[in-house]
Amino acid sequence: MKNLLKYLKNYRKELFLGPLFKLLEAIFELIVPLVMAEIIDKGIGNNDKKYILLMSGLIVLLGVCGLGFALTCQYFASKCAYGFGTELREALYKHINKLSYESIDKMGTSSLVNRLTNDSNTVQNGVNMFIRLATRCPFLVIGSTVMAVMIDAKLALIFFVVAPLIAGIIFFIMNKTVPMYKNTQKKLDRAALLTRENLEGTRVIRAFSRQQEEIDEFNNAVNDIAESSVAVGKISAILNPFSFMIMNLGIVAVLYFGGVRIDTGNLTQGELTAFVNYMTQILLALIVLANLIVIFTKAFASAKRINEIFELQPEKNSEFAGDNNSENIIEFKNVSFRYSGAGDNSLKNISFTLKKGQTLGIIGGTGSGKSTLASLIPCFYPANEGEILIDGINVNNYDKDYLRKKISIVPQKAVLFSGSLRENMKWRDENASDEDIIFALKTAQAWEFVEKMPDGLDTFISQGGKNLSGGQKQRISIARAMVGNPDILILDDSTSALDYATDLKLRKALKTDMSGTTVIMISQRTTSLKDADKIIVMEDGEAVGTGTNDELLENCEIYREIYNSQMNAKEENK
Amino acid sequence: MIKTLKRVFSYAKPYFIFFVLTIIFAAAGITLSLAVPVFIGEAVDCCVNKNSVDFESLKKVLVKLVSVVVTSGLFQWIMSLCTNKLAFFTVRDLRADAFAKLERVPLRYIDSRTKGELSSRVINDIEIVSDGLLQGFTQFFSGVMTIIGTLVFMMSINVKIAVVVVILTPLSFIAASKITKASHDSYVQQSKLRGDMVGFAEEMAGNQKIVKAFVYDKRAEEKFFKINNQYGKIGAKATFLSSISNPTTRFVNGIIYASVGLLGSLSVIGASSFIGTMSVGKLSSFLAYSNQYTKPFNEISGVFAELQNAVASAQRVFDLLDEEEIQDDSDKEKLENCNGTLSFENISFSYNPERELIKNFSLDVESGKKIAIVGPTGCGKSTIINLLLRFYDIDSGKIVVSGKDTKNITMDSLRNNFGMVLQETWVFTGTVAENIAYGLPDASREQIISAAKAVHAHGFIKRLPNGYDTVISEDSGLSQGQKQLICIARIMLMNPPMLILDEATSSIDLRTEQRIQRAFTKLMQGKTSFIIAHRLSTIKNSDTILVMKDGNIIEQGNHNDLMKKNGFYAQLYNSQFVS
Repeated sequence: MKNLLKYLKNYRKELFLGPLFKLLEAIFELIVPLVMAEIIDKGIGNNDKKYILLMSGLIVLLGVCGLGFALTCQYFASKCAYGFGTELREALYKHINKLSYESIDKMGTSSLVNRLTNDSNTVQNGVNMFIRLATRCPFLVIGSTVMAVMIDAKLALIFFVVAPLIAGIIFFIMNKTVPMYKNTQKKLDRAALLTRENLEGTRVIRAFSRQQEEIDEFNNAVNDIAESSVAVGKISAILNPFSFMIMNLGIVAVLYFGGVRIDTGNLTQGELTAFVNYMTQILLALIVLANLIVIFTKAFASAKRINEIFELQPEKNSEFAGDNNSENIIEFKNVSFRYSGAGDNSLKNISFTLKKGQTLGIIGGTGSGKSTLASLIPCFYPANEGEILIDGINVNNYDKDYLRKKISIVPQKAVLFSGSLRENMKWRDENASDEDIIFALKTAQAWEFVEKMPDGLDTFISQGGKNLSGGQKQRISIARAMVGNPDILILDDSTSALDYATDLKLRKALKTDMSGTTVIMISQRTTSLKDADKIIVMEDGEAVGTGTNDELLENCEIYREIYNSQMNAKEENK
Repeated sequence: MIKTLKRVFSYAKPYFIFFVLTIIFAAAGITLSLAVPVFIGEAVDCCVNKNSVDFESLKKVLVKLVSVVVTSGLFQWIMSLCTNKLAFFTVRDLRADAFAKLERVPLRYIDSRTKGELSSRVINDIEIVSDGLLQGFTQFFSGVMTIIGTLVFMMSINVKIAVVVVILTPLSFIAASKITKASHDSYVQQSKLRGDMVGFAEEMAGNQKIVKAFVYDKRAEEKFFKINNQYGKIGAKATFLSSISNPTTRFVNGIIYASVGLLGSLSVIGASSFIGTMSVGKLSSFLAYSNQYTKPFNEISGVFAELQNAVASAQRVFDLLDEEEIQDDSDKEKLENCNGTLSFENISFSYNPERELIKNFSLDVESGKKIAIVGPTGCGKSTIINLLLRFYDIDSGKIVVSGKDTKNITMDSLRNNFGMVLQETWVFTGTVAENIAYGLPDASREQIISAAKAVHAHGFIKRLPNGYDTVISEDSGLSQGQKQLICIARIMLMNPPMLILDEATSSIDLRTEQRIQRAFTKLMQGKTSFIIAHRLSTIKNSDTILVMKDGNIIEQGNHNDLMKKNGFYAQLYNSQFVS
């Protein structure tokens, strides 16, 4: 929490004045029963009509002031809380954007999203409630007690029994029910999981005629929810009636001993009324306080989670941002790499060079290190050993933004963003013209279907590109990477959803339309890589073969194996 | 709205007893708790002055007070228990019904909606109904009871002062409704902005790696800051407006309190014969009432806001429940001893009447034959699966299986004769053994293992932490290929006479791919098979090839026929060899 306090520094005024006004309101609220006691004792006692009128007017005046104070406090509270929340989120998002891939892996993107949205909101709400209630509730409890002590210290002893007792019950019940609520929530999550799985697998379930069994299982799950909800309800239902009872039994005690004190002349009737009033106020304040504790506990937990992100070190950056016109666009020198936390190297001693405009193919099974190798080129992860040179400069010495603008990557999974197709296509180059975009779409074999869309480039793409088919998304994702003439284009097994014919057309277009671009193509299929200037065969993180298709067929057994297994199908057909 | 409410309560019918008990105990508990200030007032009246306290009566009053307090507390507790049971059991039934409905609606309904939306109806919407309608109902009822009770008690003490309170009441209402209205608009705005912000964060931070790869971070920041700032401004406004309501009602309460104090005191000293007279004790109980009088108004207006929400949610749930169901066909003939023959007789089908898809298509398939379905990406190959398994019904024509029109046999028995493996694998949260035995829950462990062995899945399953008892789920770390092998083992275990297979195209590594291929071959032995094919070997060896384009079957025949025809198929086929 402490580290997050700095985002409050622009709101010092609100943070101080808010609670202050709240305190004033609470004080005024506490005075009201006193005034009423005066009315009863002096006004009624002396039959003084004027006094009664005056004092009633005073109560209204106190109310007006109270309202004014309260509104001022709420104003400061909401201004401070949302101002704080806005600045916190801004800083958090900036920090997230600076994180390295390693940190992103460590935290997980869904957790980043959650902390940026939900947790920041919870902390914001905590600040709001702190200003509004943190002074009021304890003050009302203490103030009521003090007032009672001032009226009659001996009689006030009852307060010191009742208040802790009620506080104790609230604490006890919360302590007991919070884990139970969590448990119920878990059961609800299970029902949600069952529903989701069921919808995902509707076809399978129906094909196997297992609808009834699914219904039975779900019924068990919801039964479970009902039972544990009722169980937790039983306990939490005690809270209100029980504290009501204790408070009123306290009032009974006040009335009886108050009667004794009046009889001995130590207390007046009006003061007794005020006493009863204070007792009620304590209970109300304590209940609010209990809720406040829940809000604060949540806020602290959220603050801790947010802090975990701030504690992640931002990615290291350097300043080189220029062209070196080196002959070799990419050079790997004995590069080894290990994911942090992993026991073994994912890449072992990789070396190769690639000239400008050449095509590199990478082939190998899942987990052989193909994608890892590709992700070292834009320095998403720094190599543990060896050197990676882009345009003759070590990637570590580049300004990362500059480096990444040189390199374009098409990820395995095509991800599009909500917005128009044109906006999506401008991701790499925000100044790209429609001609540039259409050219890229044509190269990626996407123009043929984009052209047919009634809105063309203005077609709205929904979140995740849900309104497009897998093959369409993939082609747009490829086209997006081609906009702005990147020096290096990396295709990470990104043609899997395309049929052979389209795949072939794409490769041909790539060769003619992007002749100046160095292309790195990761694939499972030898046919896709056949014409590459260089092919690296990966197995278990090692380059077991490097060369052209013909060279590899000659001297790399693993490549030959893959090649033959894929060619067999063709041979059969001939 | 009333109709929806009625319907929700019709779901509560089996728990009518809890409903009645809730009302009885709420009424009794509230009445008793309202009597408390009366007794407090009487007690105060016993202690007027020094040396004149009437302890005899005081004790009597206090005994009454204690018993009223204890019984009232007890009743309130019982009331809560009844409400809980009413709400939780009703919700359980509603959920069970909604879920069961999902099993009975035509696939057309499910396909036309997102899965998130449908599951949110079953889970979230019903939760809102529980909170807003059922629990809200009790709050509403006890609020109204408290208001009426308070008024009655005030009337019984002094009618005229009570009338003044009633006259002042609308102040509370007006204030509450004005504030609610003012804050509602900005709340709607706020929640929309929050939705925007969460959506943006999900897209950008959720794909942080891509954002970095494209150096999109600065632009993303700009967009985020814009939404964030707006959200901050509107949020502060909405929060402020809604937070006005508490102090305002407190203020109105203060006015009522002061008026009661003024008029009450005047009547105690007998300053005005019009108001009548009363004791100090009566005044203090009157004051206590006026103190708690406005609180229920606040609660009720809160309940109303939630109620609107809950009714909207309930409506969404009922919309689902009102969907047309697939007709029960259990009285139809069952398909037994299926011989594996199948024929399409002049069928037509379209998803959307405006766009014709399959028209007058006929095909006879002999037992044990292989039918390959090929075509470019997104050409609607899965339509055939939908029709064969009757996920969708054909518009005209007949599909005849084993000599029987599929319309005249039960869907369950038809589907039991098909084994289906989809490209999008489906495993559910459960053990590997449970997943394999999905179609045959009573299968012995030996049967499960031999099915897994037959499709070459035994090897990797054995290496899982708990072997066949390892709990797996959609995202438990199994590779796509491994999941597919489990799905194939499932079919192997059932051993149906007909198959529908969807070959995987996506990134599965070569060895697993070969394994799957072998598993498919093993599975297809002697069975009538429909294969959505991507592999040349599968296509070439099949007895009939259906070539699809844009949802239509444009060519059909065996490989040689189609090559001779030199049409779309030949073009498609040749493109694979040119490189």
